[in-house]
Amino acid sequence: MLEVQTYPTVGEAASAMDDRARFLGGGTLIMNRVNYGDRRFTRIVRTTDASLSEIRAQGDRLEVGAGVKMAEILASRDLDFLSPAARAVGGPAIRNMASVGGNLMAPHPYGDLAVALLALDADVRMVSGEEMSLEDFLARRNGVVRSLLVRRPQGDEFRFRKVSRVKPKGISVMSMAAHLTRSAGRLSGVRIAYGAMARTPVRVRAVENALEGVSLDLAGISAALSVATEGLDPPDDPIASGWYRREVAPVHLRRLLLGEDAR
Amino acid sequence: MKSPVTFWLNGSETAVFVDAGANLLDVLRRGCGDLSPKYGCGQGGCGACTVLIDGEPHVSCLVLAETVAGRSVETTGGLSNGPDPHPLQRAFMEGFAAQCGYCTPGMLMAAKALLDRNPSPSRPEVEEAISGNLCRCTGYEPIVDAILEAARQRGAA
Amino acid sequence: MPTEYRKDLFADERSDDFDIVGKPIIRQDILGHVTGRSKFYDDHAFDGLLHMRCVRSAHHHARIRSVDSSAAERQDGVVRVLGGRDVPVNVNTLLSLINFGRDDEPLLAIGKVGYVGQPILAIVATSVRAAQEAVDAVKVEYEELPHVLDVEEALKPEAPIVNEEYPNNTFDYFDTYDHQKLRFGDVETAFSRADHIVEGEYQMSPIEQAPMETCGAIAAPETNDRITVHTSTQALFFSVGVTAKQLDISSARLHFIGGTVGGGFGGKVDSHHEPLAALACLATGKPVKYMWDRAEEMQVGGPRGGERWRIKDGVMRDGRIIARAFTGFFDAGAYTRLSSYAVQKSTGHLPGPYSIPNVASNVYCVFTNRTPSTAMRGFGITAVDFAIERHMDKVARAVGMDPIELRILNAYRDGDMKAHRREAKNCALIESCQAVAQKTGWSLSADAMRASSKVGGGEGALGVIPETVTDDEGRIGERRRSGLAPEPLSGQGTRRLLPEGYSSNNSSAFGNAPQREDMEAEIERLGFKGATVVSSTPQGPADQTASSARPIEPRETAHAVHPAGARGGPSLPAAYTQRPASTINQPIAQPPERAPGTPVVQQPATPPAAAEAENESAATHFQRGVRRPGVSRFISGSRRR
Ligand SMILES: Cc1cc2nc3c(=O)[nH]c(=O)nc-3n(C[C@H](O)[C@H](O)[C@H](O)COP(=O)(O)OP(=O)(O)OC[C@H]3O[C@@H](n4cnc5c(N)ncnc54)[C@H](O)[C@@H]3O)c2cc1C
Ligand code: FES
Ligand code: FES
Repeated sequence: MLEVQTYPTVGEAASAMDDRARFLGGGTLIMNRVNYGDRRFTRIVRTTDASLSEIRAQGDRLEVGAGVKMAEILASRDLDFLSPAARAVGGPAIRNMASVGGNLMAPHPYGDLAVALLALDADVRMVSGEEMSLEDFLARRNGVVRSLLVRRPQGDEFRFRKVSRVKPKGISVMSMAAHLTRSAGRLSGVRIAYGAMARTPVRVRAVENALEGVSLDLAGISAALSVATEGLDPPDDPIASGWYRREVAPVHLRRLLLGEDAR
Repeated sequence: MKSPVTFWLNGSETAVFVDAGANLLDVLRRGCGDLSPKYGCGQGGCGACTVLIDGEPHVSCLVLAETVAGRSVETTGGLSNGPDPHPLQRAFMEGFAAQCGYCTPGMLMAAKALLDRNPSPSRPEVEEAISGNLCRCTGYEPIVDAILEAARQRGAA
Repeated sequence: MPTEYRKDLFADERSDDFDIVGKPIIRQDILGHVTGRSKFYDDHAFDGLLHMRCVRSAHHHARIRSVDSSAAERQDGVVRVLGGRDVPVNVNTLLSLINFGRDDEPLLAIGKVGYVGQPILAIVATSVRAAQEAVDAVKVEYEELPHVLDVEEALKPEAPIVNEEYPNNTFDYFDTYDHQKLRFGDVETAFSRADHIVEGEYQMSPIEQAPMETCGAIAAPETNDRITVHTSTQALFFSVGVTAKQLDISSARLHFIGGTVGGGFGGKVDSHHEPLAALACLATGKPVKYMWDRAEEMQVGGPRGGERWRIKDGVMRDGRIIARAFTGFFDAGAYTRLSSYAVQKSTGHLPGPYSIPNVASNVYCVFTNRTPSTAMRGFGITAVDFAIERHMDKVARAVGMDPIELRILNAYRDGDMKAHRREAKNCALIESCQAVAQKTGWSLSADAMRASSKVGGGEGALGVIPETVTDDEGRIGERRRSGLAPEPLSGQGTRRLLPEGYSSNNSSAFGNAPQREDMEAEIERLGFKGATVVSSTPQGPADQTASSARPIEPRETAHAVHPAGARGGPSLPAAYTQRPASTINQPIAQPPERAPGTPVVQQPATPPAAAEAENESAATHFQRGVRRPGVSRFISGSRRR
C-alpha cells in the first residue's frame, strides 16, 4: 500500500528519498501512476516548503524554484521569454499543476519547458547545493532539484516552437528551441535543443556546428537542415513514428530558425 | 492509513478522512458525496474531473487530496445560486451545449475560471480555456457558443 | 450555420409544419447535466462498496498452463477471487438472445486466451488499489500459441485456430457457408461484356468508441433476494438477458437501472460488466463495482472492427456500372459479439445507393487474435460506404467522367430493383448530388442537373429481379481444406440459375438470415402494403415458373430453397442442437464456498447431478421467455399476439 510523507522543508524531504519513493511536484505524472496502481514506488514524499515556489534574481541570472508552475511562469514578467514554452504544456488545468522540476523529469514525449531551458543553457541547483548544467542533469536525472538558473536572452535571439497535431493543446510531435547568438552579423555559439526526438530533451550538436559562422537565411542554414536529425533515433509513439519525426524535423527546424509562420 | 483534511468545498468548511494517495476526485465523490465531477481517464487527459482550486482550474484526478488542505474547492455542484442557474448553466441549457452531459461539469468549471478572470473573452480565448476538456459527443461548437453567450449575458446584467 | 430547407424538393412527399426540427429546444435532461446531478451509473453511493479488477491475458494467443492466485488472496483488502469456473454459464455469445450464432466467448477465460487483455480472473477487493495490487500478485503461466492478426491470413489453411467454436476462423452462415453471400444477376457474364474493369481495395482500421464515461456496472444486493445493477449499458435488456443467462438466475431477480449513459457510440452493448459485477455481488453479498479505467477502455473495449473490402466493377464506356462484385472481410477479433450481424448489415447495404443489375458479394466474419470488435455508429455500413465512394471516384477516373455525374447516372431512382430484391423508394441521391454541386460551385451538365430520382426508375432491366446465378462455393471448412480464393464465384462449385423475378426473403442466396419463427416479422401485422401471402406447398427454384414477380415469398418456399433447412426446432442442424452439456448445465446460483487461500482454478465443479436438479427447479419458476427443445430459454420474451 501507499504512504504519503509531508515535510516542512525541502531538505528534509530530500533526505527521505530512496528508490521506492517519489518526490511530488505538481503530481500530473505521479498521480497518474498512482491512479493506475504503479507498484514501483510505495511512498510519495512532499514538502510544504514555500521557497521551492520562488522566482528571484540571482546576480545576472534568474532563479526559478523547482515547484514553480507553468501558470506562474506565464504570470511572471521576468520570465516572459519562457512563456511560449510554458504555454505549450498541456491545457490550462495542467499548467496550474505542472511544475518546472517535474518537467525536467518528464518522460518522452514530454518536457517542452526543459527544451527551452536547455537551449538557454540553464543550470540546475540540487537541494544538496550541487550545481550542474541541465544537460548533465538530464543525462542522469536523479536527486531532488531545488531550482533552475537561467539567463535572460537578448532581443529575438531565443525561439521556441512546438509541433503538435491538436491545437491549442496537444502532445509534442516535437518541440524545438534555439538560442541564436551572433557575432559580426553571423551566427556564433548557437544552441539548439529538441524535445520528443530522443529519450530526453537533447542538444543537437551537429546542427549547432553547422550553424557556426553562417548567416541566418535559407542559404546559410541549409547545411544545418541537412544534418537536422544526425545522431538521433527519434522514438515511435502513438503521436508520431520515429520515421515521421525524422522526415519533418528539417521543415520545422527551418521554420524555427527563419521565424516562419507554421500555418 | 487515513489522514484528515479540512478544506472549503463550494464555500462550506469540509473535513474528510482520506486514504494515502487518494486523489481529490475520489475524495469529492466518495468522501464528500459531491458527484458532480466525473471520472473519464484518471490521467489528466479529459478534463471531466475539472474543479477550481482557489479559483483556478485543476484536474482533480491528479490532485493529491491532502494538498488541498486549507484551500477552496469549487465544483459544478455548487455553481448555481439556490434555484437560479448560473449564467453559464443557463447558456448551456439554452444553447444545447450538452448531449450525454458527462463532460459538462468539467466544461462548466473550465469556463467559469475563464469568465471570472476575463469577463469578455474572444472565441480563441474560450477555445484555449476548454482545450483540456474533451467532449466526445462533439459539442465543441455549441459549447464555445454557450460560453460566449454566458459572457454576453453577464455583461448585459 | 442555419439549416436550409429545400422546399422545392419532394414537396408532395412531406409536410413542412415542423415544430421541433430547426428550432432551439431545451432538452428534458439538461438541467441534470448542467448541475452535475444527472445520475450516471457511478453516481450512486454505497456503503462498503467493493471494487473489481481483472487479471488479463498478456498474450495474443496462449494456452493457460496454470493460474496461481494464492498470494493475491492473502493480500490485504482482497475479498474474493473469481475464475471462469465460478461463472454458472461461463460461455456466451451476445446474439444468443436471438439465437444467432453459437456461444463462443467465456466471461473469464479457462484454458486458453485469444487476445491481449482477455480477462482470466476477477478480483474483488475493498479498494481499487488493493485490487490492482492483487492483480499484480497473480501468477499466470502461459504456453504461447501462434497467433494471427490479419483477416486474410486467418483464412489460410495453416492459420492457427483462434476460436475453437469456429475452427475455420470464420463465422458460419446458415450452418452452410463460411461467408454471407449475395447474388443478383450474373456478374461473370456482365464483366465479360464490360468496356472497363475497375478494381480497388480499401481498408479501415479498428476504431475505439472512446466514450467519456468508461464502461462499468455496480451490482448491489437488495432485499427480496434481488440485485440492483446500475450500469452504463446502451442495451439494458441485452444486459439483463445476458446476466440472467450467465448467472443462470431468473431475470426477475435482476433490477437493472440505466439509460443515463456518458456516451456510448456502440461500445456499451457488450454486457460484460453486469454479469461480473452481479456474480461478485452474489458471491460476497456486498455492493461491487466493476469499472474500466481509461487504459482498459482503450485496450479491451470492443472497437468498431477493422474491415477490408475489394470491389470489382464492370463499367460501360458511358459510365454505366453493369456489374459489381465485393469481397469483404470483417475483423471480428477473437469472438463473435456483433460482427456476425455487421456482415449481414453490410450485405444488405450493397452495392451502395446505385442501380447495378448484376451484383455478387462474399462477406466474411473472420476471427483473429485481436480485441473482439463490436458495435459502433453505423457499423457494417461505414467502411463499405467509404470503400464504395472511393471506388466511384476511381471508376470516374477510369471512364474520364465527372465523379458527381457518374453518381447521378448510376444512382437509384424510385422503382429500381435493389440487389436485395426490394424496390427503391424515396430516393434522393440525385437531388443531394445536385445540391452539393450547386453549393460548392461545381458545374454539372444540363442532363445531370435535369435528372430526378422520380424519373426513369424501374425502366427495363433495372426494374426487375434478373435471372440469377447462384453457387454453393465456400461451404464451411472447404476454404481451409482447399485454399479457395475468397472472391465470389471463384471456385468450381455447383451453379444454379434462379429465374427472373424470383424472390425470397429467406434464402441464404439472397442475404437474409433464417430467423426463428417466433422472431419473424408478420407482414400482415406490420401492415406491409402490397404483401401477398400465399400459402403454398414447398417449391424449389428449379420447378418454379419463371418471371411472375412476387413481392413477398411465402415462408414455405423459402424453407425449401434453403440448402440446410436451418429453421424450426426439429430440423435444427446438429451444430445448433448438439450443445455440449457442460456449457448448458453449469453449476447454478451462488459460487460454492471455499476456504480462503485455495486457488480458484483448483476448485472442483459442482457434480452434474446436482446441477441438473437445480436446473429443473430453475425452469419451473422461470416464466420468462420461451421454453422449447433447442431454443434458448433466454430469449427475452415471447411474441405477443
Ligand atoms: C494531460 C497532460 C498533458 C500534458 N502535456 C504536456 C505537454 O504538453 N508538455 C510537457 O512537457 N508535459 C506535458 N505533460 C506532462 C507533465 O504535466 C509536465 O511535464 C509537468 O511539468 C510535470 O510536472 P509535475 O510537477 O506535475 O510532475 P510530478 O508528477 O509531480 O512529477 C513527475 C516526476 O518528476 C519528479 N520530480 C518532481 N519535482 C521534482 C524535483 N523538484 N526534483 C526532482 N524530481 C522531481 C517526480 O518525482 C516524478 O518522478 C502533460 C501531462 C498531462 C497529464
Ligand atoms: S478524469 Fe481527470 S482529466 Fe480525465
Ligand atoms: S456531451 Fe457527451 S462528452 Fe460532452
